[in-house]
Amino acid sequence: MSATEYERTPAIAEKGYETPLAHDLEAIWESKPGIRGFLSTVDHKEIGIRYLVTSFVFLVLGGIEALVMRLQLAGPNKSLLTPEQYNELFSMHGLTMIFLYALPVLSGFSNYLFPLVLGSRDMAFPRLNAFSYWVYVASGIFMYASLVLGFAPNDGWFSYVPYALKPYNPGPNMDFYALGMIFYGVSTTVGSANFVVTFLRMRAPGMSINRVPILTWGTVTVSFGNLFAVPAVSLAFLMMWADRQFNTHFFTPETGGQPLLWQHLFWMFAHPWVYVVVLPAMGLVSDALPIFCRRPIVGYTVVVLGTITTMVLGFGVWLHHMFATGLPFLALSFFSAASFVITIPSAVAVFAWIATIWTGRPVITTAFLFFAGFIAMFVIGGVSGVMTAAVPADRQLTDTYFVVAHLHYVLIGINLFAVMGALYVWFPKITGRLMSERLGRWNFWLVFVGFNLGFFPMHVTGLMGMPRRIYTYPDGLGWDTLNLITTMGAFVLAIGILLLLINLAISRRGGAPAGPNPWDGPTLEWATPSPPPPYNFPVIPLVASRHPLWEERLGETEAGHSEIHRGPVLADGKEALATTALDAQPDVILKMPEDSYAPFVVTLAMAVAFTGLLLANWWVAGIGGLAILIGSLVWLWPEAALAQKARRPA
Amino acid sequence: MRNARRAIVAGSGMAAALLAAPRPACALGWADFPMNYLTTAGVKERPVVALTWGLMGISIAVIVLISLFVLVGVLRRRNTDVSLPEATRIPVVRPRSGLAWISIGVGVSTVVLLGMMGWTAVTMAKIARPPVDPAVTIEIRARQWWWDARYESGDPTRIVDVANEIHIPVGKAVEFKLQSDDVIHSFWIPALGGKTDVIPGQTNMTWLQAERPGVYRGQCAEYCGKQHGHMGIVVVADVPEDFQAWLDGQISPAREAASQQVAEGRDRFIQRCGACHTVRGTRAGGALGPDLTHLMSRGSLAAATLPNKIAYLSGWIANPQTIKPGAQMPNLEISGPELASIRSYLETLK
Amino acid sequence: MSEPLIIRRRLPVGSMGKKANGWWGMLALIATEAALFAYLLFSYFFFDVQYGRGWLPEKLPAFRLSGPNTVILLLSSVAVWWAEREARKGNRARQCLGLAVGLLLGIAFVVIQGFEWADKTFTPFSSSYGSLFFTITGFHMAHVIAGLIVLASLLLWSALGYFDDRRNAPVTIGAIYWHFVDAVWLAVFFSLYVTPHLR
Repeated sequence: MSATEYERTPAIAEKGYETPLAHDLEAIWESKPGIRGFLSTVDHKEIGIRYLVTSFVFLVLGGIEALVMRLQLAGPNKSLLTPEQYNELFSMHGLTMIFLYALPVLSGFSNYLFPLVLGSRDMAFPRLNAFSYWVYVASGIFMYASLVLGFAPNDGWFSYVPYALKPYNPGPNMDFYALGMIFYGVSTTVGSANFVVTFLRMRAPGMSINRVPILTWGTVTVSFGNLFAVPAVSLAFLMMWADRQFNTHFFTPETGGQPLLWQHLFWMFAHPWVYVVVLPAMGLVSDALPIFCRRPIVGYTVVVLGTITTMVLGFGVWLHHMFATGLPFLALSFFSAASFVITIPSAVAVFAWIATIWTGRPVITTAFLFFAGFIAMFVIGGVSGVMTAAVPADRQLTDTYFVVAHLHYVLIGINLFAVMGALYVWFPKITGRLMSERLGRWNFWLVFVGFNLGFFPMHVTGLMGMPRRIYTYPDGLGWDTLNLITTMGAFVLAIGILLLLINLAISRRGGAPAGPNPWDGPTLEWATPSPPPPYNFPVIPLVASRHPLWEERLGETEAGHSEIHRGPVLADGKEALATTALDAQPDVILKMPEDSYAPFVVTLAMAVAFTGLLLANWWVAGIGGLAILIGSLVWLWPEAALAQKARRPA
Repeated sequence: MRNARRAIVAGSGMAAALLAAPRPACALGWADFPMNYLTTAGVKERPVVALTWGLMGISIAVIVLISLFVLVGVLRRRNTDVSLPEATRIPVVRPRSGLAWISIGVGVSTVVLLGMMGWTAVTMAKIARPPVDPAVTIEIRARQWWWDARYESGDPTRIVDVANEIHIPVGKAVEFKLQSDDVIHSFWIPALGGKTDVIPGQTNMTWLQAERPGVYRGQCAEYCGKQHGHMGIVVVADVPEDFQAWLDGQISPAREAASQQVAEGRDRFIQRCGACHTVRGTRAGGALGPDLTHLMSRGSLAAATLPNKIAYLSGWIANPQTIKPGAQMPNLEISGPELASIRSYLETLK
Repeated sequence: MSEPLIIRRRLPVGSMGKKANGWWGMLALIATEAALFAYLLFSYFFFDVQYGRGWLPEKLPAFRLSGPNTVILLLSSVAVWWAEREARKGNRARQCLGLAVGLLLGIAFVVIQGFEWADKTFTPFSSSYGSLFFTITGFHMAHVIAGLIVLASLLLWSALGYFDDRRNAPVTIGAIYWHFVDAVWLAVFFSLYVTPHLR
């Protein structure tokens, strides 16, 4: 191992993808083939794809759970499921969609796109990136093991105590969930830290903070949010597990515990989380919709400020999930008002998108259809949310199917619609092939019709008084027909999503070749080949505007011209450039880590530790803990190759 | 009234015709949706219904308007002259900023939101307290998965427990003290008022006031375990004289067995059921299940799960775990003759 | 922005003090850990507000051990701060000395905190106060132990000559974590030990 130099002036050169430099970089950056590469790769694109694929596996699982529930609810007094089975299904469905699908799918896009749109070679912490993925998978398997073993969580994703505690829930069901969520929280936290630092440090020179694509704003905003929100739920689940396992008294009312403390901690996390799973999706739309409107987004600055404001306010509205818990009048009034106000920054985004359509020349692609549908669904989910901000109305609406409808308009409307549109946009970048537009139209219309057929009537079901989370309902209350329609809609929606999967599968091999920039997009990822090489850019691009590939046409050249293929050459091993947080001036040449087994091994150690805790086998847990410690030390041991060690005196 | 009470419980589709709500001319009326909260029979709920309709009207208007903006925008502005993939080759231009859309849109939205906020605040203040002091106080104890209601009184002999069906006097405010010994439930009678959670370790208060006589179905609204779906409650609003008569009836102990056969049934009941159920005036004094002293005065069984008819009663006693799997009441393996005997006793508990 | 882009400039290479990504990552970790302690203390005050004085133990937490222990922890921070300063000067011996002193004082804190725990009349299982008291101080203790492992690793690496006057980012990064652990103790100390006497 040779110590590297302490300072260098990088050469500036003009180099494209078909140059000897690019071939050298390819050799430096590419992962090993086969299983070794599979377990050790730290390539953000590979990790991003894994996130996307894994989250879609969970989407399908959660969807199947939903369909089974919809069969049970298709008519009154059905007995397809026992109450316990139904309760486990709705709990698994909720936690799957909210935790194992909704954020990871967005992390997939962000992981794949961050370095590409920022003009970087990789994320700030490539090994941490791999680690965050492995932990996500391991925690997902951990939680799903409960279903396979017949002990699935049965208290909903919100897991209110005391029903979640031992006296009412003696099986290991809630232990799986509690420990699984703490495990999962590790993935979210390190992933968020990675996005934050990548955003602040890994931008191409010249990409000052006001030239960053909005999708990165969305992700970095929620990543900040996660750093502050996730500890609340990890702590709450730890307390719950301790109450169950060691008879502590956090939540047990008969011994001085406070059931409401659970609700506070849970919603302090879970309300921000709602924004966490939609803001990056809104960011994807804010970047992709303008491509098809053939103009930049209207109001970049206010949209970004709106994103940040939403997240900040999102920490101040958690009590609106607790309007019926007997809170004082003043608290109700304050949180009601805050819940109205939080609508305003969302309105900014909606009008920005509409203005972009009206002042642009929309090209109707499948992706565009999803984004246009997204806006309408966004508004439906938004206004029904506003209704629940009104305390007296909410005390009727809450815990009925009205809220089920509302949250699905938010999660499917704002997350899934955006994700499906984004897939049509970036799939060609990822695979080099376009998705079928013809299948795409069927895909969109089936999803759009199925979704609205299934979920719009749910508003009415709720207004007609059907409570949530009931495994069956009697006839004579007027809920029968509405539920039947919803079940039919759910199946149409499922067929629509099946078509998406078919389209993905067919287009991966058979789609038309995409070329580097099939949609004529403005941002840096479209300057790379499809799929991009492991090193992303042969030289580090220089950015002079918000739309490097459109700037000539837009006349955005007051700060000079962006240069994609002329810039600093960094090829002395795995190297990347860090820039200053606001102005993106070159700051330091980073030595990037090679592929590593450490993330995978530490994840395995964590899985062992959590299994030990689950089984209350402290030896196993201890061995796992020790392995985590050793693995982390090996991981963090200073390496000369990463320029973490001093140059040895000769 | 008795018929109405029967009809409202689960399993009977007849509720509609018997409800007091006015029936519009169209095929389906509000009465076909007895748990809806877009109509009301409650003083407290009246301003809330107005608010809900108001917010809903605004919401629908917003949805229609924005959808039209999107639709018309797409139709008017779309590129029709080129087809994919050439379509994306159309030039990108720097068009007008479009910021006016945002300022006008957000400005109007803000004004509307502020209006909604104000309306909400006014409504909250209106329903915070009953217009008159409560005439009756009922202590609700929510259990997995039924409701115990204790009518409070300064006179200890007039304190009485009933289960799953509570009567209230029309035109008078009734105060509810909500408590739970197990998990969190939520007390909810849609036609009369919104939800208040029932949380172990604390006593939440709410109040209701019926405007007219009627039978109003409610249901537990906070997920509480296996039989959350079968935790109904019925509120019967009587004119004050009827209410008083009902309450007096409930306070009185169970009637004496009129025959040898009934006495045998009573003894069997005490032996098999008395550990969990109370029938005041007998040795059956269990507190785990509902008080059955005046079982036959109720319209429904098992927390508004079954109509209180003899066949359902037999089925419930013989096999509660099929009807309400997971319920606290076990299958007792009661023989046919035993069942008949117990049933004949229960039938006398009017 | 206004400043023109300067590409051709001499740039530091690799892990360099506060330019290292590790430094930024540590700040993110500290942010999330700080939030964790904020939620712990929120839980404590939530109970405090709900129940009032009756919730606290008969004998309020005393300063006899916790007071001196707080001073010890702060001194360890000073030692680590000094070690980091010496590291930037390239003085390996003083750097090791500072880290070693910081480590020993940290260990002393853990031992004394052990006595403090043993002194309690309540347990984590006896009341909600006990559960919270031990969880909060336990969480802090876990962070101290993590910090001690960090300090021990830095001491070892320093002794092995891994760092010099320019290549010492791990010391900077480890030190800020240790300062954070100490700062959190002040918040915990104030909430659990001082506020009960203020009511």
